Amino acid sequence: MTATLAPSGSSVALDWRRALLWGGICALSLVSVSLIGLPVGMNKRILIEPVLSLGYLCLLWIPLVFGYVATTVVVLEGVEARKSGTADLLAGLTAGLMGGIGLTLLMVGLDTVNIRKPLVNWSPQLFRLLTFERGLEFGIPVWLGICAGLGLVGAVLHQLPAVARRVMSWVLFGVMAIAILEAVIDDLAEGFHLEWLTDAMYYKKGGTEGLTVTSAVVLALVLAALPVVTGGRVKAAVDHYRDAPSEDRRRTSLVLFGAIGVACVGLPMILGGIVNELLANVGLFLLLALGLNIVVGLAGLLDLGYVAFFAVGGYTTSVLTSSNSPFFAPEWHFGIALLFVVVMAATAGLVIGAPVIRMRGDYLAIVTLGFGEIVRLLFLSDWLKPYFGGSQGITKVNPVELGPFKVQGSDPRSVFYLVLVFCALAIYVSWRLQGSRLGRAWMATREDEQVAEAMGINTVNAKLMAFVVGATMAAFSGAVLAAKVGSVFPKSFEILVSIIILVVVIVGGMGNIAGVMVGSLVLIGILGGPRQPGLLQEFQSYKLLIYGALLVFMMLKRPEGLVPSARRSRELHQDEYLQDAWLGDDAESEEDQGAPS
Amino acid sequence: MSLLEIRGLQVTFGGLDALSSLDFHVNEGEIVSVIGPNGAGKTTFFNAISGMVPPTEGEILFDGESVLGLDPNQITEMGIARTFQNVRLFPNMTVVENLMVSQHCRTSQLFVGALFQTKAFKKEEREIRERAEEILAFFGTRLTGYRLDQPAFALSYANRRRLEIARAMATQPRLLLLDEPVAGMNPMETAELTGLIGRLRDEWGFTIVFIEHDMKVVRDVSDRVVVLDHGVPIAEGSYESVSTDPDVIEAYLGRPLESRKDRR
Repeated sequence: MTATLAPSGSSVALDWRRALLWGGICALSLVSVSLIGLPVGMNKRILIEPVLSLGYLCLLWIPLVFGYVATTVVVLEGVEARKSGTADLLAGLTAGLMGGIGLTLLMVGLDTVNIRKPLVNWSPQLFRLLTFERGLEFGIPVWLGICAGLGLVGAVLHQLPAVARRVMSWVLFGVMAIAILEAVIDDLAEGFHLEWLTDAMYYKKGGTEGLTVTSAVVLALVLAALPVVTGGRVKAAVDHYRDAPSEDRRRTSLVLFGAIGVACVGLPMILGGIVNELLANVGLFLLLALGLNIVVGLAGLLDLGYVAFFAVGGYTTSVLTSSNSPFFAPEWHFGIALLFVVVMAATAGLVIGAPVIRMRGDYLAIVTLGFGEIVRLLFLSDWLKPYFGGSQGITKVNPVELGPFKVQGSDPRSVFYLVLVFCALAIYVSWRLQGSRLGRAWMATREDEQVAEAMGINTVNAKLMAFVVGATMAAFSGAVLAAKVGSVFPKSFEILVSIIILVVVIVGGMGNIAGVMVGSLVLIGILGGPRQPGLLQEFQSYKLLIYGALLVFMMLKRPEGLVPSARRSRELHQDEYLQDAWLGDDAESEEDQGAPS
Repeated sequence: MSLLEIRGLQVTFGGLDALSSLDFHVNEGEIVSVIGPNGAGKTTFFNAISGMVPPTEGEILFDGESVLGLDPNQITEMGIARTFQNVRLFPNMTVVENLMVSQHCRTSQLFVGALFQTKAFKKEEREIRERAEEILAFFGTRLTGYRLDQPAFALSYANRRRLEIARAMATQPRLLLLDEPVAGMNPMETAELTGLIGRLRDEWGFTIVFIEHDMKVVRDVSDRVVVLDHGVPIAEGSYESVSTDPDVIEAYLGRPLESRKDRR
C-alpha cells in the first residue's frame, strides 16, 4: 500500500490505481448482488415505509462501504499519518461512481439482450427495480448519482472525528437492525407487554411492513443520544476487564457466566415463541460446537464427519423412544434412552476413531468426511430400512416427560430448557477438562504429536478420548433434536451440518468456550442452522453464501475468531507477541545474564 | 549390570544402513558422549533407543528389559527421556505447562477427578506444578517467575534449549538422552550448560548419553566417548584415547594425501 507512505502535504496526489481497483470491486459486487436475486427477492420487504426496502438496502450499502475502504489510511506506528484531503474524497467518489457505472452497464444490458437462460435473475423485474420503473433515462443518472454520493459519504467518514463516525455507524446499524428484526421485536414486545411501543414504531398493515419515516427519525435520535448517556462507560468496563490481572479476570468471567446462566433460566419465561425457538436451535448447535471444539480446538483433529455422531444420537433416541420404530420399539423413557445414547456415541467414537486415528491433518479430514457420509447413507439405505426406516426415517418420537413437564417441539420453551441443561453440562465438562491432565495431553498432541509421544503421552488413547467426548456431546444434541422434532430423517444429517458447526467453531474462536458460545449465538441465532431459520429469515436462501463470505472475511481479517482463546491469538500474532515479550525482557536479561541469551 | 545394553543394533532405511552391528552400553551414573561426523547415525541411534525408529535387527535392553516393539511413550514410561537436535517444544503451551504435560506418564487422573475436582486431582495438580517449578529452578532464574506463564515460543533460543532439557527431566527418567544440548549457543552459555550436565548426574542422579559436536564440552564432562562413523562404532574410550585415535582423526579430517596415493 504505497499510498499510505506518500509524504504528507501532497494531498492532491490521488492513488488512482487503488481507487480504480476498489471501484472495480464495488461495481462487481453490485452487479453480482443484483444477479443473484437479492434486490428483487427482498424488495417486498419494506424497512421504512415507503422509502426503503430491504432489496434496495442490499445494494445501497455497497458503494458506501467501498467508498470508505478505498480511502482507508493504514496508520503505522512511528510514521506520521498521511493527512486525508481532497484526494481521498476524489478516491471515494471514483469508487462509488465506478459502482454506478457497473449498474448502468447492467441496466443497459438488461434492456438490450436477453440471457435469462443461464442467468435466472436477468429479468424484467430487476430492470424495473433498478430503473424505478421509469426507464433508462431516469435510472442511469439516479444510480450514478446515488453511488457516487454514497462513495463520497464513505470517504467523508474518514474526515470526521472518530466519535462522530462511531455514533453515525451505530445509529445507521441500529435503525436498520430494528427495521429488519421487526418480527422478533414484535414477539419480544408481547412478552414484555410493550405492544403499544411496537404499534407506534412500525407501520403495520398486516404482516411486517417496516418502520414509518417518523419513527425511523425518532429512533435515530434516540440511538444517537444513547452514547452520550452512557458516556463511554461500556467501553471503559470492557477495557477494565481486559487489563485486569488474570486472577480478577477469572472471577469476572465466573460472574459473567453466572449472569448468563441466570438470564438463560429466567428470560425464556417472558420471551415469545419465535425467540425461544431460535434459542433452542442455538443451544442444539452450541452443544455440537462444544463437542467439536474439543476434537478440533483442543486435540487438533480436523473431523469433517462430525455429523455422524449427531445422527447416532438422534437415531438411538428415536429407536428407543418412538412408538413407530420399524424393528424394535421398546418406547422407553428419554432418560433411559440417554444412557444408551452415551454408550452408542462412545462406541461410534471408537469405531470411527480407531481406524483413522493414526492419520494426520488433511488425511484425517478426508477420511472422517467419508465416514460422515457413510453413516448418513447407511441410515438411508434399503439394507437397513427394516431397522431405521430408510428415507422415511422414524416418526412419532415420544415427547420427553419429566414429571409435570413435557418437552416437545410445539413448546419451544421446554426444548430450550432441556437443551440448556445439556449445554451447561457440556460447558462444565469442557471447562474442567481443558485445565486437566487430559486437556494438556490433547494440547501437546495438537502441537507436536511425535514429541508428545516421546514425552510419555499415549497419543492414540488421548485422541480416542477426544473423539469419544466430542461424540457424546454431539449425540446428546442429536437426542434433543429427535425429541424436539419428534422424528429423525437421514436428510437432517447431511454433510452440511458438519461444515456449519466447523464454521461456528472457527468464527467464534477455536479452543475457547466463550468463543464457541458467541459463534453459535451469532451464526445460528442470526443466520440460522442448515435447516433451521435464524433471526434474518429473509436471507434464508442466501444463508450459505453469507456463511462462505463471512468465513473468508474472518480468515483474512480475524483468523483467531470473534472471541479468541489467548493461546490461539498469541499463535496467530506471534510476531507482535514476541516483540512485546522481548521489549519487556531486555533490561532484565542484561543484568541477570551479562550476555544475550 | 549396565543400565542400557545394546547388542548388534541395525537400522536400515531402504538400502542404506544408518546403523549396523552397533554394540553399546551405559552403566548407571555414567556420562557417555556420542560423537561422529555429520550423517554418522547419531540421531538415528537416539531415535532407535527412544522407539521413534524401529530397528531392523538387534537388541536394546533397558535395565534388563527389552524395549523393542514398544511405543515411544512406553519407553519414556520405563525411564528413558530425550531432547531433540532441533528444539521441539510445545510452542503454544506455557513454560510450566510444557513441564506439567511431560509428567503425563507419572500421573493417573482422568475424567472423574477433573470433573468433580476431587482431592486426589487437586493434590496431583499441585504436585506436578511444584515439581515443574522445582525443575525449572535448577536453571537459575531464567525460566521462573513471570516466564512460567509465557508461551514457549516467546523464549530466547538458549532458554528454549534449557526448557527442552527441563521437559525431559520432568518425565522422571533414569536415562537422559541429550541430542546436541549446546548446539548454537555462545561460549558463555556453552560453559554454563557443560556444568549443568555434570550437575544433572551429581544432583539428580540421571545417567546421561549425549551427542555433541563441541569437543570442549565432550572433554569436560564425559566419562567415556563413543565415536560413530557411517553407522559403525569406530572407537571408544576416554576422551584422550579417542582424540588421538587415527581412525577417528581420519573420520573427521580424511586421510592424509600420501596414504591416499598409497591406496591407488
